[in-house]
Amino acid sequence: MNRPLIRTAVRAGEPAPAADELPAKLRVRNLNFYYGAYQALHDITLDIPENRVTAFIGPSGCGKSTLLRTFNRMYSLYPDQRAEGEVAMDDVNIIEVARDLPLIRAKIGMVFQKPTPFPMSIYDNIAFGVRLFERLSKRQMDERVEWALTRAALWTEVRAKLNQSGNSLSGGQQQRLCIARCIAIKPEVLLLDEPCSALDPISTARIEELISELKNDYTVVLVTHNMQQAARVSDYTAYMYLGQLIEYGDTDSIFIKPQAKQTEDYITGRFG
Amino acid sequence: MLLISCLAVAVALFWLAWILGTLLYEGGAALLRAQLYLQTTPPPGDDGGLANAIAGSLLIVGVATLLGTPVGILAGTYLAEYGKRSSLASATRFLNDVLLSAPSIVIGLFVYTVYVARAKHFSGWAGAIALSLIVVPVVVRTTDDMLKLVPNSLREAAVALGCPTWKMIVMITYRAARTGILTGVLLAVARISGETAPLLFTALNNQFWSLDLNRPMSNLPTVIFQFAMSPYADWHRLAWGGAALITLAVLGLNILARLLFARKD
Repeated sequence: MNRPLIRTAVRAGEPAPAADELPAKLRVRNLNFYYGAYQALHDITLDIPENRVTAFIGPSGCGKSTLLRTFNRMYSLYPDQRAEGEVAMDDVNIIEVARDLPLIRAKIGMVFQKPTPFPMSIYDNIAFGVRLFERLSKRQMDERVEWALTRAALWTEVRAKLNQSGNSLSGGQQQRLCIARCIAIKPEVLLLDEPCSALDPISTARIEELISELKNDYTVVLVTHNMQQAARVSDYTAYMYLGQLIEYGDTDSIFIKPQAKQTEDYITGRFG
Repeated sequence: MLLISCLAVAVALFWLAWILGTLLYEGGAALLRAQLYLQTTPPPGDDGGLANAIAGSLLIVGVATLLGTPVGILAGTYLAEYGKRSSLASATRFLNDVLLSAPSIVIGLFVYTVYVARAKHFSGWAGAIALSLIVVPVVVRTTDDMLKLVPNSLREAAVALGCPTWKMIVMITYRAARTGILTGVLLAVARISGETAPLLFTALNNQFWSLDLNRPMSNLPTVIFQFAMSPYADWHRLAWGGAALITLAVLGLNILARLLFARKD
């Protein structure tokens, strides 16, 4: 292997533009979030730039997953959870969408912490989401499945066993299957909620490579516990603590010269 | 402690083995005669079989399952997927548990009062309705339990693709819980196969071959009841045969249910 798996050197070259100078894919304004009476997010405001990887970091319970889950209204599944404020994509406030919610979710794909293959074949795992919105011929569907699996770097491993259950794959393969399933319906945004936390280092490296490739076509938002991972794959990083956005900026600045003392304590390991 | 629990197991198994042994000893010979399956119940002193009772039982149990299963699955789906911990769902669960343990004779009397007494005749339909009332709570309970075992992450994953809730339930959670739900249905069928009390007040009995659900209909449990209480030796033999048949069928259903559940991936 001629390339280290964990990058320690800092990127050289031009400083990255500030996050608010780039076209924003998601505009978050004054977002508050409640689990019943407990307020989990306090007045969050930030822009997620288009075709970049943005990472949310912070200690457990800081609200980073909660914030991610407001972007596709995952919380709406649970009656005691609610959000106030604005999360705008293409000038539509996602928080207030009612009837078109499935359409919004189709544009904002999500991959979860634990791989969640559906109890069906590998092929149908991919085709399931596509069939929700498109009517494809058998041949078009075959092509779509191959395309998605190829993009998720899984095609060569599963091409001979597309009819086997998705549960028969290894954890890392299952997670790539979930990414493929997400990509297959051609979303605009990909939300990744600690996608590597259940995986071994080799699978993790593959998924990180994948994330870097995917940002050419998608806006990627990544929640991670792993600071090296945030440093390796993201362009912008937000540090959160106790439901507040403490610091947000390009990844290199956050990791080299954080503005806030709290951020510095966290990334240097003195806290969290 | 180990000794005491082993003894308890031995005692339990001893009685079970005795019951099965007696059934096979007394009914085994009857089971092997083709007449049992081909001829209808005879008048005392004549030779005959249980064909009408077997057909009646299959029909009544089949119709009861068809009536009770959809209601049970849909109600269980409401509890697990929509109601969850709401007060309506909690009340439904409590009432369902009451129904689950209701003595079956009460259900027989209930159907007698609301249906048989008004229609002024016993019928296969009444029997099927009574048995379906026993199927419903069993299926509600297992559906609710099995759907609750499906991890929420699977639901979230489906919804995140833009899947509407009803489709998520039908395509994903039912599929994930299907062996469990099917097992529940099989156990419900096994449970009603041997029920006697509800049928005494509803389907009653019929000495002749009949598949008309609007008329009294023969069925194994009531035939066993009637024949076993009679003073005639050949009726006794048929009753033993019927009892062995039901027991083996229920045993078979239970084994099938276990095999299905064990195969669950």
